[in-house]
Amino acid sequence: MAYSLSAAPEQPGSRFLRRALLPALRLLVTLAVTFLGLLAVTFFIGRVVPVDPVLAAVGDRASHEVYEQTRSALGLDQPLWQQFLIYVGKAVRGDFGTSVLTANPVWEDIVRVFPATLELATVATLIGVLLGVPLGVLAAVHQGRWPDHLARLIGLVGYSVPVFWLGLMGLLVFYAKLGWVAGPGRIDVMYDGLLAPVTGVILLDTALAGEWAMFHDALRHLILPAAILGYYSMAYLSRMTRSFMLEQLRQEYIVTARIKGLPERRVILRHALGNAAVPLITVIALSYGNLLEGSVLTETVFAWPGLGLYLTGALLSADMNAVLGATLVVGTVFIALNLLSDLLYRLLDPRARP
Amino acid sequence: MPPLRVRSLALATAVLLGALGPAAALAATPKDMVVMAAQLDEFITLDPAEIYELVPTEYAANVYDRLVTIDPADPSQIVGSIAESWTVSADGKTFTFKIRQGLEFHSGNLLSAEDVAWSLQRVIKLNKGPAFILAEFGLTPENVEQRVKAVDANTVTLETAKVYSPSFVLNCLASWVSSVVDKKLLLANEKDGDLGNGWLKTHEAGSGPFKLVAWKAGESVIVERNDAYWGKQPAIKRVVLRHVPEAASQRLLIEKGDVDIARNLGPDDLKALAGNADIRIRSVPQSAIYYMGLNTRNPNLGKPEVQEAMKWLVDYRGIADNILKGTYEVHQAFLPKGFLGAIDEQPYRLDVDKARALLEKAGLKDGFSVTIDVRNAYPSPEIAQALQANMAKAGIKLEIIPGDNKQTLTKYRSRTHDIYLGQWAPDYMDPHSNAQGFAWNPDNSDSSKFKLLAWRNSWDIPKLTQESEAALAEQDTAKRTALYQSMQREFQKNSPFVIMFQRVQPLAERKGVAGFVFGPINDMVYYSGITKQ
Repeated sequence: MAYSLSAAPEQPGSRFLRRALLPALRLLVTLAVTFLGLLAVTFFIGRVVPVDPVLAAVGDRASHEVYEQTRSALGLDQPLWQQFLIYVGKAVRGDFGTSVLTANPVWEDIVRVFPATLELATVATLIGVLLGVPLGVLAAVHQGRWPDHLARLIGLVGYSVPVFWLGLMGLLVFYAKLGWVAGPGRIDVMYDGLLAPVTGVILLDTALAGEWAMFHDALRHLILPAAILGYYSMAYLSRMTRSFMLEQLRQEYIVTARIKGLPERRVILRHALGNAAVPLITVIALSYGNLLEGSVLTETVFAWPGLGLYLTGALLSADMNAVLGATLVVGTVFIALNLLSDLLYRLLDPRARP
Repeated sequence: MPPLRVRSLALATAVLLGALGPAAALAATPKDMVVMAAQLDEFITLDPAEIYELVPTEYAANVYDRLVTIDPADPSQIVGSIAESWTVSADGKTFTFKIRQGLEFHSGNLLSAEDVAWSLQRVIKLNKGPAFILAEFGLTPENVEQRVKAVDANTVTLETAKVYSPSFVLNCLASWVSSVVDKKLLLANEKDGDLGNGWLKTHEAGSGPFKLVAWKAGESVIVERNDAYWGKQPAIKRVVLRHVPEAASQRLLIEKGDVDIARNLGPDDLKALAGNADIRIRSVPQSAIYYMGLNTRNPNLGKPEVQEAMKWLVDYRGIADNILKGTYEVHQAFLPKGFLGAIDEQPYRLDVDKARALLEKAGLKDGFSVTIDVRNAYPSPEIAQALQANMAKAGIKLEIIPGDNKQTLTKYRSRTHDIYLGQWAPDYMDPHSNAQGFAWNPDNSDSSKFKLLAWRNSWDIPKLTQESEAALAEQDTAKRTALYQSMQREFQKNSPFVIMFQRVQPLAERKGVAGFVFGPINDMVYYSGITKQ
């Protein structure tokens, strides 16, 4: 070697270590601790719920022998900490156990129900962002005038009207009376089971297969629940956008931009919204995360077989494997969205870059 | 000029709405398919040896055959199904069944006496939730191979431990748990000696008029006509049960014609549909009994005077008319109408003065406070509130504790409740199912192996227990009927149970749909006769 490694002011290896490997390791440790904590809390809460899980499995009238046999088959006769260790040990190896309620491996259930929620939440968030952000911008720019009042009215309804009521009214008007959209469920019965799920997201699956009649049917089923959830997301996002924009519009750089003679559209969209977008991203990610947990009431009203219905059913029957599996999914979604919004944050805000 | 036009917002809205496209033609269900909106959250397994909830037994009734079935037109009549004929030995303990020849399972395998015997043995060996129905005959995993045998290819014998009323044995053999399963197919799918249970949870191995197409937990169950069925061919090709948890959603679906039958409508929905010419509503009596269980461990509730006072403090008629509105009717005996030995006497009505006098006699002139555990779903909270209002008139302060079904049941089974408000549905079409529930408690200790209703309310009843057992063994049906009638009268007078209502199932069907047989228990709900124009 012609040069000594120690003489190098910055070792390429150590820079890699500091810039990428260490943060990645730190992230991994954080993730592991977060998941373990999540599991522990869910597990122990699940065990103090005053519901007998054996009852869900064998029914109210099973004989004593059957009851005891099932109790030990479920591992409930062991000490709590031991049950937890066994569960975590299996989960690490990718085995989340079998759901009592559906008789399927929990993982299979989640693969089936999560895409339904993902589809609904994604379209709802798109609606919320596409309508809510412009509405918020308009409300801020026209503060105190009618676009602002409109945004406030929408926000008020969004905060005060319960989602199941709005869902039922939506069904009554747009499905029962006007016939613009299809009713509860994800797809019409005649199409049910015709297409093997690839991604589980029906819009994607039908589009990939070129089944446009089915695509259209699925869209007609999706649009109402998505619009209702999207409405709540819009109500929230427009209020948040408005306040972020108002804050930016008061800043000196806006005055400077205007003095420089920039067109007003550019001042608002590029300068003000560009800066308001930074905190807005986090807000959008959180609202998306909330929808991805599965909206229980919306899923009930629209008979939408998603994660929310699955998790509630499992909780009420003390179907612990299913509850833990679904909680892990929700946790993963939140962590992933947080990471994503951190990443976007850095892209949008140069100050946040290392 | 405003820098940003409101137009941009309108444009975005238009783009979103445009994606919807023109509204498609009204979607009616296809002619050869019947779609039902139902609540399917209790579907947890498809194995008849494991099923114990209501709607799943109906699945077994349509996909599987049994040795014998109950005639839905006259529930006191047992008719042959897989069994062509049967005889009972002179000592009353051996039942011999002749099997119909040439029957086939959906798999194409031949159905023989061996399949029948193996199916019954399998229930006892698996020992799941509903095994108690057959275990009743004294069958255990150890003795079942001797007691249930295929004597030859067409003959099966069943030997009971004691003498039972033949109607009882046949009624149990007519229940879903006695469904005949395809031995060859199940053994081919057996894992770790589970007799095919793991596989059958999500598949089928039947010979019935319908075949399983798909079960998606929490979504739908789809069955299709078995074109090779030995008996009467079903008229309809496909039957789809869709899980629609919300009653109002069910109503909208049937109004639009997206479902043909709606099964879980509430009083408001029924009222709204009453004037609709496209929809027919009928009420079918069901076997579920709605009652209050008074835990006698509570010193006040243990007093006979208080128990009787409670029976005078229920506004039976008012609750039926104003809350239940056609979904339940007043009934005050533990056997539901339609069952052997049922009585329709209603000795109780709301009478606050009588109740007050009884409370005074019990030394509770100023009343007392007590809690009631109530399932958090219609109609229980509404009924509980009505009870609360009337009990207050006699000084009883009723505190309502709402909870999920399984939660209140867990508490009930641990005997830590004061009053339990809920339903009980018999498991099979025989009076013993309810007599055992309400009037049989062989061991009142905490370690009892039988935690049925009398036990749950700590009601120690050696005499009634004995009477229940005598009725169970009675060979003469007329005498058996009389025994149950006198037990019920005694029970009405003196018991910690306030029996109030019997379920009536309102069914909404689209015009043109006919022939849906809806028996008093889900095990007698048949799709074969359904036609659609």
